[in-house]
Amino acid sequence: MSWETVIGLEIHVQLATQSKIFSGSAIKFGAEPNTQASLVDLGMPGVLPVLNEDAIKKAITFGTAIDAKINQKSVFARKNYFYPDLPKGYQISQLDLPIVDKGHLDITLEDGSVKRIGVTRAHLEEDAGKSLHEDYHGMTGIDLNRAGTPLLEIVSEPDMRSAEEAIAYVKTIHSLVQYLDISDGNMAEGSMRCDINISMRPKGQEEYGTRTETKNVNSFRFIEKVIRGEVIRQIDELEAGNKIHQETRLYDSVKDETRPMRSKEEANDYRYFPDPNLLPVITTDEYIQTIRESLPELPGQKIERFQKEYELKEYDARVLAASKAVANYFETVVTTSGAKAKLAANWVTSELLGALNKAGTDIQHSPVSAEHLGELLQRITDNTISGKIAKTVFEAMWNGEGSADDIIEAKDLKQETDSGAIEALVDEVIANNPAQVEQFLAADENKRKKLVGFFVGQIMKASKGKANPQQVNQLLTQKLK
Amino acid sequence: MHNKTLVELSQQLSSGALSSVELTQHYLDRIRQLDPQLNSFISITDELALGQAKAADERRAAGSAGPLTGIPIAHKDIFCTKGYRTSAGSKMLDNFISPYDATVVEKLNTAGTITLGKTNMDEFAMGSSNETSFYGAVKNPWNTDYVPGGSSGGSAACVAARLAPAATGTDTGGSIRQPASLCGITGLKPTYGSISRWGMIAFASSLDQAGPMTQTAEDAALLMNAMAGFDCKDSTSLNREAPNYTGELNNSLEGLRIGLPKEFFKEGLDAGVQQVIETAIKEIEGLGASVKEISLTTTELAVPAYYVIAPAEASSNLSRFDGVRYGYRCDNPTDLEDLYKRSRSEGFGEEVKRRILIGAYVLSAGFYDAYYVKAQKTRRLIKNDFDRAFTEVDVIMGPTAPSAGFALGEKADDPVSMYLSDIYTIAVNLAGLPAMSVPAGFTAGLPVGLQMIGRHFSEPRLLNIAHQFQQATDWHKQTPEAFTK
Repeated sequence: MSWETVIGLEIHVQLATQSKIFSGSAIKFGAEPNTQASLVDLGMPGVLPVLNEDAIKKAITFGTAIDAKINQKSVFARKNYFYPDLPKGYQISQLDLPIVDKGHLDITLEDGSVKRIGVTRAHLEEDAGKSLHEDYHGMTGIDLNRAGTPLLEIVSEPDMRSAEEAIAYVKTIHSLVQYLDISDGNMAEGSMRCDINISMRPKGQEEYGTRTETKNVNSFRFIEKVIRGEVIRQIDELEAGNKIHQETRLYDSVKDETRPMRSKEEANDYRYFPDPNLLPVITTDEYIQTIRESLPELPGQKIERFQKEYELKEYDARVLAASKAVANYFETVVTTSGAKAKLAANWVTSELLGALNKAGTDIQHSPVSAEHLGELLQRITDNTISGKIAKTVFEAMWNGEGSADDIIEAKDLKQETDSGAIEALVDEVIANNPAQVEQFLAADENKRKKLVGFFVGQIMKASKGKANPQQVNQLLTQKLK
Repeated sequence: MHNKTLVELSQQLSSGALSSVELTQHYLDRIRQLDPQLNSFISITDELALGQAKAADERRAAGSAGPLTGIPIAHKDIFCTKGYRTSAGSKMLDNFISPYDATVVEKLNTAGTITLGKTNMDEFAMGSSNETSFYGAVKNPWNTDYVPGGSSGGSAACVAARLAPAATGTDTGGSIRQPASLCGITGLKPTYGSISRWGMIAFASSLDQAGPMTQTAEDAALLMNAMAGFDCKDSTSLNREAPNYTGELNNSLEGLRIGLPKEFFKEGLDAGVQQVIETAIKEIEGLGASVKEISLTTTELAVPAYYVIAPAEASSNLSRFDGVRYGYRCDNPTDLEDLYKRSRSEGFGEEVKRRILIGAYVLSAGFYDAYYVKAQKTRRLIKNDFDRAFTEVDVIMGPTAPSAGFALGEKADDPVSMYLSDIYTIAVNLAGLPAMSVPAGFTAGLPVGLQMIGRHFSEPRLLNIAHQFQQATDWHKQTPEAFTK
């Protein structure tokens, strides 16, 4: 039988507010345990939550960017369950009347086609703390620094049909929240986490199959692995005549497998009810309109502009605009270098992103700043160095050996453009290789083209790569007549 | 000096007839000597009190004293007091030393009051007799075989016995007014949102409201001036300028329209209580008011709606007491589940557990609409009922409680009968209205309180009516002789 995969995603995005959603504590990553936990975050007796307006603003910003309906009356509710890192015994979240109602998002697939994914809702909630199981002599440590961090949970419709589509969707959200400046999108630090709902149905069937939910997947790679693994597992089960159990699963990235966490029957009854400590949030048309009008340039608009303004191909524009940080980097390179946009685009998309990828880091942590890369490209454009030497300089910059000019200077890599000096080198190579000269002179036009490469190579070698290739070519053609 | 009102003591302090240290020491001595018979205090904070009294005297000497500077009071043990145990009457918090002050405590400290100690209460404010306290029952100073009412029973008993000139209380379904009635003192439950709930251990957040428990309406007004006001730490705090609560005390009652809900004077009301209330209302009529019978048809819906909403909120509010971060933790837990189950089973008393179960039940999947949603709709009807009544009258009056009190143990095993002792007070919390209980007489040797319910924000008017009534009567001056002679 032929199966169709149905995927829906719940993405938790950590909002980049200054303080927590219901307390004044900071939310910096990596602080000592419990140093960012106030009375409210500790769930002390008698404390009360006060809503951080910036969280509302950021949620509405997201909502307007995906053309969603904003609920002008929005309600916070308590989700009751016991867990040691949940200090109050309930999480403040939203059930009925989430701040962001139905919206949609367009994703672009590998083949360039565009698919529209429905967003069911996006609601605000507070994050839990962390349970630390190591180093506590068999006991569990509780770190409440993260407790109360604002999260926007974005719930999609079950509109995705493959791992590729799901990844494209997550990447689109990831890019969008950074564009909107509502999250740092740092997945390694948990700023984006995904719950993946997967079910299978026979192709052509309308009714959905029974789904499983895999919780807390926090990288693109893991999302892909979870989906591929779960699809195979479900198909195997179904083809063996078994039923899929509606259950929550956990992904073990070390073993690369998902396993059941709890079944539907064991699921908590969260006993949601409106939090009596928080009044409904009422937003006016003007408030929403102001946010809508201050939306920054979004990825689609940027791709269009890059094609127009920089005459880039759609593919390059798309790669550059996929991340706001990359796009900003690219534009800084263009302005500081004065180089052709095409050259800057090539360097950013191939050299820089390649090196970042290889090093397993991102553009925010790039050892080569946009200004420095711009300076390097400037030296290519003004013929100080060749494109080939530039790669050597880039490598040195990457290794922290200084700016392009420093490295060119220190390594004596400046391109030789003194025609007298180049001519001397050309003469020397011709004199040292009489056999090849003879061969060249005897050859026809086609073979000559190949043979000329030998001389160029020898001359470049003798100049340690510094001779201007155009000049070398020119002189060689003259002298080998 | 303990038979003086807060206002009188304030005058004595400002005239220099008395120092705060002397006054404070006097009350501390009285508590040590007499409270063993009443059990109205959970903690006596001598050291804190004397330190504050000394500072108050210095402040007075420096010329920056206010009307409450140097006045000793007691706080219900539901208000967090920094550096001192705040137990909420529960074993769960017997070892809990609060790291911060409640806004009420902070505001009163700023005004210069002295904290004599923390008063006994029903566990987590759940009770109408003060018998559910982990620290034992409180006795009614008028008859120590009787309950003082609850949940603010310790505050009511200590003010009635003049172990403190005044105390703070909280009222979720009658917890200020009912014990005030049973102990013969004056109690005010303000409009919901008037006084910050920050630092007040939550029972039912949408109903909880702090208020003063005093000898007179004038004393209550003075305390209100210090306690009320917007607090940015409480999202349900009213963001409006607090009125001057003492400003209207001396206004005339001429033209006041009083409504008497016929549902408050039906079967279930003790005949002795009814007689006291009717006499008191005649007295107020004599001061220029007119009386009219009205109907509050939703009266009988209040108790059932309340016992859905309050337990629902409580079941969630009390989830934080899990033995993980503070409070009671069972010995040698075998695993997390065992830690939760035993800490909560051993740390909470029966009534608290009963309400957590009711609350969890009414919120659970499949029952939510039938109970919680329906109760909320009922709440709306009750509010509308009051709104309608207040188009006809300015104040609603009736008994605070259906009887003048009951003996210790009498209702302890009959929760429903206990719940019905709040039948006249509960609707007020559901509607968020202000209401007072004022001493109005005695029946069978026990005091009876007159309840006055006003429109939202009408506290100055209620205090005015109560003050005028107290100018004309001396019920509020009666004290239980065994404690005050």
